[in-house]
Amino acid sequence: MRSLVFTLVLLTGCGATSGDDGQDHTVLVFAAASLADVFAEVEAAFEAAHPGVDVQVNTAGSATLREQILEGAPADVFAPADPAAMDPVVAAGHTVSAPVELARNTMQIGVPADDPAGVRGLEDLARAELLVGLCTVSVPCGALARQLLANAGVEPAVDTEEPDVGSLRTKLAVGELDVGIVYRTDVIADDRLRGVDIADAANVVATYPIAALRPGVARDFVAFATGPEGRRILVEHGFGTP
Amino acid sequence: MTSPPRRVTGRAPVPLVVFGGLGALLFIVPLVGLLGRTPWSELTELLSSDTVLDALRISLVSSVAAAALSVVFGVPLAWLLSRGSFPGRGLLRAIVTLPMVLPPVVGGAALLFALGRRGLVGEPLYDATGLVLPFSIWGVILANTFVAMPFLVISVEAALDGIDRRYEQAASTLGASRSHVFRHVTIPMIGPALRAGAILAWARALGEFGATVTFAGNLQGRTQSLPLAVFVTLESDRDAAVAISLVLVVLALMVLLVLRDRWWSRP
Repeated sequence: MRSLVFTLVLLTGCGATSGDDGQDHTVLVFAAASLADVFAEVEAAFEAAHPGVDVQVNTAGSATLREQILEGAPADVFAPADPAAMDPVVAAGHTVSAPVELARNTMQIGVPADDPAGVRGLEDLARAELLVGLCTVSVPCGALARQLLANAGVEPAVDTEEPDVGSLRTKLAVGELDVGIVYRTDVIADDRLRGVDIADAANVVATYPIAALRPGVARDFVAFATGPEGRRILVEHGFGTP
Repeated sequence: MTSPPRRVTGRAPVPLVVFGGLGALLFIVPLVGLLGRTPWSELTELLSSDTVLDALRISLVSSVAAAALSVVFGVPLAWLLSRGSFPGRGLLRAIVTLPMVLPPVVGGAALLFALGRRGLVGEPLYDATGLVLPFSIWGVILANTFVAMPFLVISVEAALDGIDRRYEQAASTLGASRSHVFRHVTIPMIGPALRAGAILAWARALGEFGATVTFAGNLQGRTQSLPLAVFVTLESDRDAAVAISLVLVVLALMVLLVLRDRWWSRP
C-alpha cells in the first residue's frame, strides 16, 4: 500500500510543482506513521492560513520514507520519528536547512481495551502463551521498544514484528494481539486501546526531527509545524514539545 | 492438434517489433537495475545468513502448499463456475476473482477480520479448538492461497469453457460414470491450462507480501517469507535486501523457464 502511494505520488508528479507565477502550490510532506493524525490537522490549519497551497501528507514507517527520499522521491518536508532516519538524508544533501526538533513521545504498553490477558507490566511480554507484537527493529518504535525492554531486563516472547506502528496498533486494537509496545500517543488516539505505563527508569524518549527539503513554502510549513499552532495540535495529541 | 505450430520465419512486421521491444524493455530494465545494485563480492556471505535461509524455507513451503491447495479446491470451483447452473454464479465468479484486483493489504485485513482470533469464523474456531491462524505458518499459507487461487480458477475455467464437450458426452454414452468422465476425459483435456494455472498460482504466492504481513505478521523463522525479509532488511541493510531479491528472481526464473519448456510448449 505504501509503495502504491509512493508510485501514485511519482506518477502524478506532485512535489515542488511550481506554477506559471513561480509560486509553490504543493507541499509534499513525508511523515512518520505515528504523526499521521497530527499532520492531518496541521495540514488543514496550514492550508487555511495559506490559501492556494495544497499540502499532501504521505505517512509510512520512517525507514521506508528515508529510503524513498534517498532514492529521489520528490518530498518537500521530512518528519521521521527518529533522528537516525534524518541523518542520512542530511548527509546526502537533501535538506535546505538544519533539522529542528518537532516533538517528543514516550512508549507505553498497549493492550486491547478489554485486556483479555490481564497485562500488568513489561514482564507480561515474556509470557509465551500471549500473542506479543513489537514493531520491527528497523523502524523507531521497534528500536525504542527493544531498548526499553533491555533496560528492564525483559526478554519478550515475540509473535510478530510489524513493519510500522500503524499496523501494530491496528492488530492490538482489534484484539488479534494481546500486548505490544506502542507510542503513548497511539493509545490516546485509539479508544480500542488501553495503555499500561512503563516505569520511567526503563522508558525511553522518542524525538521527532523535521526539516525542509526545498526552500519556499516547504520552509513555511516547517515553521508553522514547530510554531504555536503546530505545538497546540501536537500537545492535543499527547506529544511533548521542545 | 498433432503438429507443433511453426515459428514465423523471415522478417517480423516493424510495428510489432517496435512495440513488442518497448514492452519487453519494461521488464528488462528493472531487472538490470537490480543486477546493477547487487553486491556480487559479498553475495555468498549475505545469502548464507539465518534470515535468508529461514525466509527461503518459509517461502518454498508456503508457496508450494498454496499452489497445491489452489489445485485441490480451485479445480472443483472452476468446474462449478463453468458447468454448474445455480443462481448467483456470475456473482460468485466475481467474488472468486476479487483478490486479483483488491490491494493485497485489504485482502489481508479482510482475512484478519474473518479468520482472526476475534473474527467471524476465527472466534468460534478458536473457542472450539484453540487454533489461531494469524502469526503462524498456516496463516501464511492461507494468505498465499487467497491471492493465488484466482489465477488457477480463471485459467481452468477458461479451459473448461473451451474444450469440445462431445468427448465427454461420448464417454458418458459409452457408460462411464460422471466422476470417471471428469477424471479420465475432462482433466486430461484441460491438462495444459491446469499446469499453467498451478504455476501462475505458485508464482503469485511466491511474491506475496501485503496479505501475508497483514494477516500473518512478520517473524523470522515462523512467518517471514522472502518478500517480507526483503521489505524489512531494505530499511536496515540494502545490500542484503538486494541479495534476497536476487534469490527470489532466480528462483522464479528457474521454475518459469524449466516448466515453460516442459509443459507450456505442448499444444
